[in-house]
Amino acid sequence: MIWLDTLVQGILLGGLYALFAAGLSLVFGIMRLVNLAHGDLIVLAAYLVLMGVTLLGLSPWVAALVAMPLMFALGWLLQAAVLNRVLGKDILPPLLVTFGLSVALQNGLLEAFSADSRRIPAGTLEGASLDLGQVTVGVMPLMTFASAIAAIVALNGLFYHTALGRAFRATSDDAVTAGLMGIEPKQVFAVATGIAMVVVTLAALYLGMRANFDPSIGPARLIYAFEAVIIGGLGSLWGTLAGGIIIGVAQTAGAAVNPEWQILAGHIAFLTVMLLKPRGLFPRAVD
Amino acid sequence: MYRLTTRTRAGTATEIAVLVVILAGLALPAVTTRGVIQDLFFILTMLTLAQIWNLLAGYGGLVSVGQQAFVGLGAYALFAGVILLDWDPVPAILLAGLAALVLAIPTAFFAFRLQGAYFAIGTWVIAEVTRLLVAQRKALGGGTGISLPREATSNIMGTDAIRALFGVREAAARDILAYWLALVLAVAVTGGIYWLLRSRLGLALAAVRDNVDAAQSVGVDVARLKWAVFLIAAAATGLTGALIFLQTARISPDAAFAVTDWTAYVIFIVVIGGIGTIEGPILGVLVFFALRSALADYGSWYLMTLGLIAIVVMLFAPKGLWGLISARSGLHLFPVRRRLAGLKIEGGI
Repeated sequence: MIWLDTLVQGILLGGLYALFAAGLSLVFGIMRLVNLAHGDLIVLAAYLVLMGVTLLGLSPWVAALVAMPLMFALGWLLQAAVLNRVLGKDILPPLLVTFGLSVALQNGLLEAFSADSRRIPAGTLEGASLDLGQVTVGVMPLMTFASAIAAIVALNGLFYHTALGRAFRATSDDAVTAGLMGIEPKQVFAVATGIAMVVVTLAALYLGMRANFDPSIGPARLIYAFEAVIIGGLGSLWGTLAGGIIIGVAQTAGAAVNPEWQILAGHIAFLTVMLLKPRGLFPRAVD
Repeated sequence: MYRLTTRTRAGTATEIAVLVVILAGLALPAVTTRGVIQDLFFILTMLTLAQIWNLLAGYGGLVSVGQQAFVGLGAYALFAGVILLDWDPVPAILLAGLAALVLAIPTAFFAFRLQGAYFAIGTWVIAEVTRLLVAQRKALGGGTGISLPREATSNIMGTDAIRALFGVREAAARDILAYWLALVLAVAVTGGIYWLLRSRLGLALAAVRDNVDAAQSVGVDVARLKWAVFLIAAAATGLTGALIFLQTARISPDAAFAVTDWTAYVIFIVVIGGIGTIEGPILGVLVFFALRSALADYGSWYLMTLGLIAIVVMLFAPKGLWGLISARSGLHLFPVRRRLAGLKIEGGI
């Protein structure tokens, strides 16, 4: 039953990638913004949570709750002050600005926290596992997956059942027409990035509790997240979860064959999907 | 009678000045120290990468974030040629260009199906895949990397002549050789792009840059043009990568396929200097080097500053420093615009 175990672990790992990707999916879906600093923002949030735990003595969960409004404010400010100025038909300006932000963040974190790898202490949860008969699953991966589902349900609820969500969808479909209907696209974008940063904080909490992190790991998380978003298709959050799971399963299966093939297998899965369906599996919005 | 020309007085003056600088650059090792030669080597290779990326993104509309694939593969092809095939490092550089060209064909086939942001991420993923595959080649050091063997670096083609000419040690002679090759490559790439932009192909490129649909409607074969630009850029990037790692004589997958070193900084150079111009990358690389020298003692603060400067330039001067200068003074050192010359307007109302 090794293959079943591999499959289950892969799906659970996919939950983590979906969590990395959910915020990105939201921002990318609404404003087609390629945020190359997304991975570094996850790492930044992980350090924020870590500081809450080590300096203020909070539990990781409370520390994440404290970090969320801070990250929301940061996201809002980033979008309103910087990213809104470079949005447009040309993808180069936002790409460059977020690349600059990525390099600045990485080196800022390096200066502030050194290159030592750190971990958010999670107490007894760290090694806990559940025996489900055929397979044994870790409690932490299970909670990660549950949080990913919860985050996507919450975001979808926001997206399809609130006035703000209507504004998101309208701006995503046609920003100019949405503007004519009294929506201020730039305001909407700022709130969207703020919400994305709240999800980023949740992702950072699990990133930090599950494994060691240091200032340099952002770009790799960004690639996994982007692969999940693109596989899923523009604007579909459940698609993003499916994308995360595909990469998670591919990585675990690759690792089961040869540990060196773990990351490679995830990338190959992405390239294969891109070859067959260049717009992803479940595209909702039109680019 | 009138004719179409891109010649201007500033352009001719630049050509003469550049010729003088090149000749001086070739003679420079006679009068300067090894440290200066190494700095110039760095400037020249970054300039080459910047010109190539500018051709891709500034003219071809191909915003690639995966150029490190070609730097890395080119560098590894050089090491493979020297270590596995026993080639002399200098001809092995050509192998690097070939390897990068071969990688570029499937890459283009795949990436050209993707648009905009998807293209950028797609090229990055391909670079990662290349890095992971290369890292599994145990014969080339695997994940930890490998050095060029001493017997290969001790008698590279031409170093004996350089030692005799300048009376320097072997390591310094290797630096001078690498510097000369970098100078030749930088001049060839910059000159080649200048020539390309003034040719018919360049006119098509400029049309594609300004408006793809309009270019297509007047008969420009956009797909073929993009293929050509991408393949040329890949081969030239591979040659540059090989040269960079010939000079360091040591390679590892993380260094050779570094997205920050070979793509992020290169993009910063192009954008700070001014995208879509030949002058831009030249100015950009000088700013980049000046910053590096000024902030060298502050470690990661330097890179942080560089990232922030790139953001500020993009926000407030999207055409870069050269764009500012050019807009104020109307100066074009490498004119590529076609003008009518010898036209006499007579009559009229």
